[in-house]
Amino acid sequence: MLLLQIDTAFIIEKILLITVILLGSLGIAMYLTWAERKVAAVMQDRIGPARAGIFGLLQPLADGGKLFFKEEIIPDRSTRTLFILGPALAMLTALMTSAVVPWGPDITLENGSVIRLQVADISIGILFIFGVVSLGVYGVMLGGWASNNKFSLLSSIRAASQAISYELAMGLSLVAVLMMTGSLSLREIVEQQHGFWDGYFTWNFFKQPLGFLIFLICAFAELNRAPFDLPECESELNMGYHQEYSSMKLGFYLFAEYINLFVSSAVIITLFFGGYNFPFMDKVAGAASPIVFSLICVLIFLTKIICCILFFMFIRWTLPRFRYDQLMRLGWKSLIPLALFNMVVTGAAILWIFK
Amino acid sequence: MSTYEILFWFLTVMALSCALGVILSRNPVNSVLFLIATFFAISGHYVLMNAQFLAIVNIIVYAGAIMVLFLFVIMLMNLNADTEPQKNRLVQFAGVISGGALFLVVLAALRTSSVNMLEQSPTDIGLIKNLGKTLFTQFVLPFEISSVLFLSAMIGAVVIGKKEEAVSEVKQ
Repeated sequence: MLLLQIDTAFIIEKILLITVILLGSLGIAMYLTWAERKVAAVMQDRIGPARAGIFGLLQPLADGGKLFFKEEIIPDRSTRTLFILGPALAMLTALMTSAVVPWGPDITLENGSVIRLQVADISIGILFIFGVVSLGVYGVMLGGWASNNKFSLLSSIRAASQAISYELAMGLSLVAVLMMTGSLSLREIVEQQHGFWDGYFTWNFFKQPLGFLIFLICAFAELNRAPFDLPECESELNMGYHQEYSSMKLGFYLFAEYINLFVSSAVIITLFFGGYNFPFMDKVAGAASPIVFSLICVLIFLTKIICCILFFMFIRWTLPRFRYDQLMRLGWKSLIPLALFNMVVTGAAILWIFK
Repeated sequence: MSTYEILFWFLTVMALSCALGVILSRNPVNSVLFLIATFFAISGHYVLMNAQFLAIVNIIVYAGAIMVLFLFVIMLMNLNADTEPQKNRLVQFAGVISGGALFLVVLAALRTSSVNMLEQSPTDIGLIKNLGKTLFTQFVLPFEISSVLFLSAMIGAVVIGKKEEAVSEVKQ
């Protein structure tokens, strides 16, 4: 019986990588909650969390501990299995996207073996992200419906229709990028943006500014973040789809949002800001050993992601919330035609100018 | 058994049992969830056949978009097990007989026919590059016609959506 035909070393390498990425994104998401509160405090001229540790750095641990030890309540009239499945799905889909993001260049060791800093280099990387994003709705919808609370249901329906509407514009804006790169693999897209200046700007942001803008707005909407945080607007829906949740199930919903924020920033950086590429990277590659160079690349990538996340946070604490009809009008009547226009212009430019 | 076969049987059992779950579960929301799980199993089969593009598009379109709308409607109508209409005995009896007859016919047809074995060696036809080339060269006419069909469906939806507005204006 030939059960294990697969290379054991390969499995171990991938499991290690997955563990590191999962723990990393969980840790980063933990400190994003702290960062969000600090950013809000700065914007509103407050101090923010300051009691637990220096600068309140232990605050996420305190919050997590509090959530873990709170009483877990499952409402009497709820659909029990789906009520539990909701936050689990939200967390699962949030963590799944990180599988196709290339975190750094390949490390070629002296004995010729190659370590890849990417869990799966599949030829349909971007479509995989789309698939997972479109599944992300289920966590919210099931949780909201299973709670048997009208505010939760309304909120989950809002979230679902918002996500479906903005997925369209998001896809269309990406089509233009894909037409330029000619590949769906994220690794190839990153490698095409090598360095920074190659007679022209290599990063996709400079080739597709309009596409980037549309993608960014859609990312805000998909993440349910202000100014598009209608599924959880307190003034209309109390708390939103997780109103009936308590303890760590609530924690999972809140946490999944921050993981989504981290991963989608990573995707934005990968697609538009060159991923782990940085100016003069060839000179650095010549000077440093492969492992050190890869580490530098990963650090640069993380720095870019953190800048992107900070941008998301600044926007959240600056802009007021949209009204629901305004949100739908923006999505269907502005962003989709704009994305189609961008697609046509890109196609024409590729056909007549660059060929 | 190789890894391929283990995966194949796992996915097959999953697809069949989830498909049974769709028709056997009383709660329509559970039916929808079982159907989504079925789509996942079928996507897994596509991956086994090295048709990654089909696999992921199956998930995006069916599991990600269409089933969300199904779930939407079911949640809004608040269908529960107790709102399900009770059918009388005669209808149930007729259903069993007609279903059984159909089953017999299918069984008889399948028994004599020879099903071609699928080639197990992975082909590259399901990859996006080859699929795109095939669609836009060999099958370009059917492809374009089906896209026109989609466009007309879209326009139809817009027209239906617009109509109510016009009626309400007339009333005012």
